[in-house]
Amino acid sequence: MATAAATGTSIRRITIGSAIALVVLAILPQIVDPYQTVLLTYGLIMAIAALGFNLLLGYTGLLSFGHSAYFGAGAYAVAFILRDFGVHSMELCIVGGMLGTLTIAAIFGFVCVRHTRIFFGILTLALSQVLWSLAFKFFWVTGGTDGIRVPYANLTLLGGLVDFKGARSFQRFIYAYYYYVLALFAVSTILMWVIAHSPFGKALQAIRDNETRARFVGISVLRYRWIAFMISGTFTGLAGILWVPLNGLTTPDILYWPFSGEIVFMTVLGGFRSFTGPIVGAIAFNYLKTYAIASTEYWQLLLGVVLVILVMALPAGLVGTTAGLAAKFRSWTK
Amino acid sequence: MTIFVIQIFNSFFYAAVLFLIAAGLSLIYGVMRIVNLAHGTLYALGAYVSAWIVGSAIGHALEGNLGLAGMLILLPIGAIAVAAVGALIEPTLLRPLYGRSEEYHLLVTFGLLMILEDVIKLLFGRTPLSAGAIMDQMGSIPVGRLMYPTYNLFVVAVGLGVAVGLWAFIYRTKFGVILRATSQDRRMAAALGINVGRVYVQAFAIGCFMAGLGGAVVVPAQAAVLGLGIEVLILAFVVVVIGGLGSLQGALVGALIVSFVRTAGIQFFPEIELAVLYLIAAAVLLVRPTGLFGRA
Repeated sequence: MATAAATGTSIRRITIGSAIALVVLAILPQIVDPYQTVLLTYGLIMAIAALGFNLLLGYTGLLSFGHSAYFGAGAYAVAFILRDFGVHSMELCIVGGMLGTLTIAAIFGFVCVRHTRIFFGILTLALSQVLWSLAFKFFWVTGGTDGIRVPYANLTLLGGLVDFKGARSFQRFIYAYYYYVLALFAVSTILMWVIAHSPFGKALQAIRDNETRARFVGISVLRYRWIAFMISGTFTGLAGILWVPLNGLTTPDILYWPFSGEIVFMTVLGGFRSFTGPIVGAIAFNYLKTYAIASTEYWQLLLGVVLVILVMALPAGLVGTTAGLAAKFRSWTK
Repeated sequence: MTIFVIQIFNSFFYAAVLFLIAAGLSLIYGVMRIVNLAHGTLYALGAYVSAWIVGSAIGHALEGNLGLAGMLILLPIGAIAVAAVGALIEPTLLRPLYGRSEEYHLLVTFGLLMILEDVIKLLFGRTPLSAGAIMDQMGSIPVGRLMYPTYNLFVVAVGLGVAVGLWAFIYRTKFGVILRATSQDRRMAAALGINVGRVYVQAFAIGCFMAGLGGAVVVPAQAAVLGLGIEVLILAFVVVVIGGLGSLQGALVGALIVSFVRTAGIQFFPEIELAVLYLIAAAVLLVRPTGLFGRA
């Protein structure tokens, strides 16, 4: 927080900006129809995943091509907790799921942070595929390709205060769950902002920019990377945990490597060099994908073209490009 | 005993196909330092084109009177088509990115993968295509009390032939020298008057040809289905990670290791067969990041 405190005006501006965004997000479900609310919930959930992912890509300079592992681990953890332990409280699912994801991220991270660049990418990918193949093959535990059903009606929110039994339960679930996700999204964003702007976050950026110098300054590079990896995995795991009751089903697809590619895609879409990039990117990607699927059978082609154009022409992403244009406009009007 | 021999044959067949794919992947990485995520989909494209040519288009036009030799001659068309696609992709999509960091290479080839997956769906539809007629006409040879398809052994021979040919091409021809020089030091090669841009196109096209050839030879034995490339890419990764990215010997040894482990896995530990392969790859990366035969 050292640098943030130094620039008092900018921190006030950020607080005001986020407060406005939060109020808008809180009012939206009252205006738009339930379908849009569901889409927005998915978008916010993916935003948590992309925020976590970007701690590695944007702040530490490590491109993971295996973040499906942590998303999937969170989702499967909730499915197991509900099915095998008879737990109904979403909070217990979150705690259990995050502990599970943290364990996996700790093990995988311990191995992966020893490498950088392309080897890091391939290693994370290979390890995520281990989980995928286990979920795929141990069908008597995981349901194989059928997956495991996670009915929202079995869940209670806020320690049993809110449940979803009886008439019109689906509508009630959608509204309640939207605000539940929004609250967790806000907490996650603040937490990630604090992490990214803490001395720890600055150290990660130093490692990203010059590993040798960072080591000379006395930063233990491997340990910092490992901690960043665990935080990143756990955030993505939380997204998986929140995703599964909304989706109602968890299948090996969310552990398969193209899903990791989607997480990379949304982060780059928003712009991985800015803090808000992954949030904007995840919400935009979710709308883009939903409408692409609804409008054409060849939605992958459409998304692929968007990704290629993005990489070729707008590598700074939506947020970076907008910020660049705004800066140009300001200097032009002066 | 007979089963054992057949399993060894199967492993060699599988190794030949994996070698073709992984060698292309490795060649492209070795020369231009690009990990091509679309490589598996290029393999699938080769499989579809070959199956379509042999099984549907010309096969139907000649009402099945093509003969075995005719079909075998037509089979590599898939590989040539994929090489042509590669020669288009490199100058348009990859060349602008050489100065940028690796993340962008992965992203653009991931975008390419999404595009090609749907282009295959668009061109060939959702029904699987196969060129099974070749396999049927080649018949089978007796192994003990059982029969084994001759075509599988033919593929092993193709794999061996390509391995030897590629080795001779890279280590015994002038183009091979240029290729190796460019891969060692791009700027020095350019200073010596080598047209680096052209070498890159050629190397990428050769890599794509290998992927397409892998698809072409596999399609008489198994049908080309959607998603074929996504699955095989990771196995090719495992091969090049074990053998060493950018190494030809590595691709060969890696392909043998992967296919023998996989065949044994399907026989003895089917549930963790794939997981074991990925764990081997992770273990090799941990102990020897450059793989068994890789250079730093």
